[in-house]
Amino acid sequence: MAIYSKEEAQKLLKKVLAYSKADECEVSLSGDASGNIRYALNAVSTAGDISTLSLAVSSTYGKKSGTATINEFDDASLEKVVRRSEELAQLAPENPEYMPLPGPQEFKDAITYVPATAAMTPDTRAVAVATSIKVAEDAKLEAAGFLENSTSFYAILNSKGMFAYNTDTNVNFTITMRNAQGTGSGYAARGYNDIGKLDTYSATKIAAQKATGSVDAKALEPGKYTVILEPVAATYMMENMFRSLDARSADEGRSFMSKPGGGNRIVDRLMDEKVTIYSDPFHPELPAATWSRDGIPLEKMNWIEKGVVKNLSYSRFWAQKKNVQPVPFPSNIIMEGGDASLEDLIKSTEKGILVSRLWYIRMVDPQTLLLTGLTRDGTFYIENGQIKFPVKNFRFNESPVIMLNNVEALGKPERSISVESYRSYLVPPMKIRDFTFTSLSDAV
Amino acid sequence: MKRKEFLQLSALNLGALAIPKFMLAGREIDESALLNDGIDVKIKKELADVALNAAKAKGATYTDVRIGRYLNQFVITRDKRVQNVANTESFGVGIRVISNGCWGFAATNEVTKEGISKCAERAVAVANANAKIKANTVKLVPQKGYGQVSWKTPIETNAFAVPVKDKVDLLLKVNDLAVSGGASFINAAILAVNEQKYFASTDGSYIDQDIHRIYPTFTVTGIDKASGKFTTRASFSSPVGMGYEYLNPKEDEKVKGIVTRYKDRYDILEDVKAATEDVKQKLAAPSVEPGKYDLVLDPSHLWLTIHESVAHPTELDRVLGYEANYAGTSFLTMEKLKSGNFKFGSDIVNIVADKLQKGSLGAVGYDDEGVGTKQWDIIKEGKLVNFQAIRDQAHILGLKESQGCCYAQSWSDVQFQRMPNISLMPGKEKKSVDDIIKNVEKGIYIIGNGSFSIDQQRYNFQFGGQTFYEIKNGKITGMLKDVAYQANTQEFWNSCSAIADKSDYRLGGAFNDGKGQPGQSNAVSHGCATTRFNGVNVINTARKI
Repeated sequence: MAIYSKEEAQKLLKKVLAYSKADECEVSLSGDASGNIRYALNAVSTAGDISTLSLAVSSTYGKKSGTATINEFDDASLEKVVRRSEELAQLAPENPEYMPLPGPQEFKDAITYVPATAAMTPDTRAVAVATSIKVAEDAKLEAAGFLENSTSFYAILNSKGMFAYNTDTNVNFTITMRNAQGTGSGYAARGYNDIGKLDTYSATKIAAQKATGSVDAKALEPGKYTVILEPVAATYMMENMFRSLDARSADEGRSFMSKPGGGNRIVDRLMDEKVTIYSDPFHPELPAATWSRDGIPLEKMNWIEKGVVKNLSYSRFWAQKKNVQPVPFPSNIIMEGGDASLEDLIKSTEKGILVSRLWYIRMVDPQTLLLTGLTRDGTFYIENGQIKFPVKNFRFNESPVIMLNNVEALGKPERSISVESYRSYLVPPMKIRDFTFTSLSDAV
Repeated sequence: MKRKEFLQLSALNLGALAIPKFMLAGREIDESALLNDGIDVKIKKELADVALNAAKAKGATYTDVRIGRYLNQFVITRDKRVQNVANTESFGVGIRVISNGCWGFAATNEVTKEGISKCAERAVAVANANAKIKANTVKLVPQKGYGQVSWKTPIETNAFAVPVKDKVDLLLKVNDLAVSGGASFINAAILAVNEQKYFASTDGSYIDQDIHRIYPTFTVTGIDKASGKFTTRASFSSPVGMGYEYLNPKEDEKVKGIVTRYKDRYDILEDVKAATEDVKQKLAAPSVEPGKYDLVLDPSHLWLTIHESVAHPTELDRVLGYEANYAGTSFLTMEKLKSGNFKFGSDIVNIVADKLQKGSLGAVGYDDEGVGTKQWDIIKEGKLVNFQAIRDQAHILGLKESQGCCYAQSWSDVQFQRMPNISLMPGKEKKSVDDIIKNVEKGIYIIGNGSFSIDQQRYNFQFGGQTFYEIKNGKITGMLKDVAYQANTQEFWNSCSAIADKSDYRLGGAFNDGKGQPGQSNAVSHGCATTRFNGVNVINTARKI
């Protein structure tokens, strides 16, 4: 059994903790059951079914800690893993940044678990994929896609009495459609906690439209353009920044959030006032874990509010050093937008480029968060509010911070996954002026 | 939330030293457990036979089973303190079957006869579910059984046998040298890997392998407080298929020049001193003037350009479209291969695929579907001559046997085609780095790999580096900063105008070459000597926020 209920997990963790003789002890149990199916050229290529369960024990004497883990669950093994972590702790170097474990906390239950997703089987996955392949065959296109669902849980109990449990389900679906000549390509990506929200038919249809529409792309000169980024493109462009909202690296002078002369940019206006970025584990469209690894309840928290930096995350150690309250790293990220649809954004554009997706984004300069990457799977020229023709893909060199200073308009936020990490975010489509394309690519 | 995710989030704070994601999947164990060999090979054979028989009983026409024990050790330090010492072990079984003509795969960490038997049945059920809808009918090229055989990475010192304290002491000494030399911060780490893999198949192979890798690395950060500017210089070490002996310096394994670089032995204490000085020079260096330059690329840099622009586009599954939904397809096609005259690069460009090279990350005795490893040409005198293929792809290339480059990152992942070491052969004529630089009027000499990005068909790429030196009229005049180059793969390799001889040949590489869905990491090396490319487009990457 890979997935334990809250009661089952707590019972096992209490039993393990009873063996502890250390000053402080934390025990955690995690399990994961997942399945996947992959297809290409309109046929299934690989599929798999994997489950794992593991127990970890961290013991501490003074400021010396040791961790040991096991995946056997008889009484002798449970005691053995506790003793082993205690031996490791005695041998470990002192960690001057060790923080005492937190005491009991009240954590609200997360809304991340959906029974229907947990009940998925190789057959239900195959049926969802068959629907997608049928769309490709009908459209005389070639489909390559991937469907993966997982059910997992994580539970912690410590010697100060803190217990936390979370379980979640996830399903991700990505689909690329190409024509046989290799001159057109389209893509769609979907990620949900609830399989009931996944429609592989409509996602494949969208990818098919992009594939057909991107044939015979014309070359435009690289340079600065107004762009409309679809949510899947905007998400990928901003993910690096979302992960860099950390006070310590800013205070140390090695982050885009560092202030010249020292300190960080909290309270500084860093972006356009249309930009508000927050986290909220109880958002119904993007539910997430309600507690952090260091035992702090997660609540709604603003990071960027109307372009001003409101908060950066502070570990318990860094918060103590800076004499502030700790701010846990968030479990989700949401960006506010407006009511406009993608079509509305296109209609309001005199001249611009519609970007369906971005690809292979890498950091060029962490000082400015300058990123490079390329457009992919449907790039279109817009004139007088209409899509005129497909254009060849571009390489860009742009910083999300500069981009978020050049916001013309934001649309309605949509749940979207990052095409590299497969994490879900809630992000609007966005119209950006002066986006920097630096060269052309022949890739389709 | 998953424990794995917590670890990933904390790893992000390590900046340049982020641990490859796949390594965090294991469970932590104590140091002594890293030295035992796991279960006896006789028991492994018994367990493997349980899988082979159980799958056959359910109707499988082919089965392979991998019993894997994957050990990792991380010793991670920052400035004057140890951030983390972790020993992890991941142990389990992956079973792959063909049933009704389709692949099925299942994995479990219940390594008992009962657990394995159930897992084999699940693998057959997955194959049968796929067969109900449309699935590829698998065509495997024949493979002889080897019987009971074994292979081990030729190491001198098992990295896991060196006490953690010795590694901590070395890394803290590295950090002291950086801080006392004027660096603002330093992160330094040693990562060690041991894959103990047992493979068995219905072809009659029972293969026991013991594979070792190590990667010592650091990143020095320098901050100019007044301007608020910061910069970094990463180590010039490589991840290698070696034991702890890689960290014992040897003078004849050093390449002297504007800065010392390393072959099969690494001097981490010498390199950190150089890096600390480089950071100061980098902060003070002038920003590059964009334009066309002749580029002289050191092996510590060029390996990554080879990886992205040669190794990936010659993977047959990419060529055919099997990776279209993730990493993409390839500008290289079957037509270009069959034509026999596709001019990939200039006449001096010879590129070889290899799974044998000693000290490389790709070297193994047998791949993860039980095929003995080998070497073959990919680009010969500038022309495309071959791709990379495994057992279910060999027939597409008209090959009589697999090229032996199938790999899975762990027991819990299905094996598939992964790149072997792909290396640029050194120049045949005697030629030094100085010989290559002396003819350059306007150029940049790049050492170390930096930022990298390439499109989904591998036409357009952009690379940064660690340090950049301006070349004027055949002489190095000083350091530059904010340098990146952009090019088209075919134009770039056709502009290749000089390659140093074998005395300059070195391996670079990575532990975390990513491919597939679910994503898997592959460890791979790329060798080359210093090489010149003429008239490449260089951009300036400085911005203000």
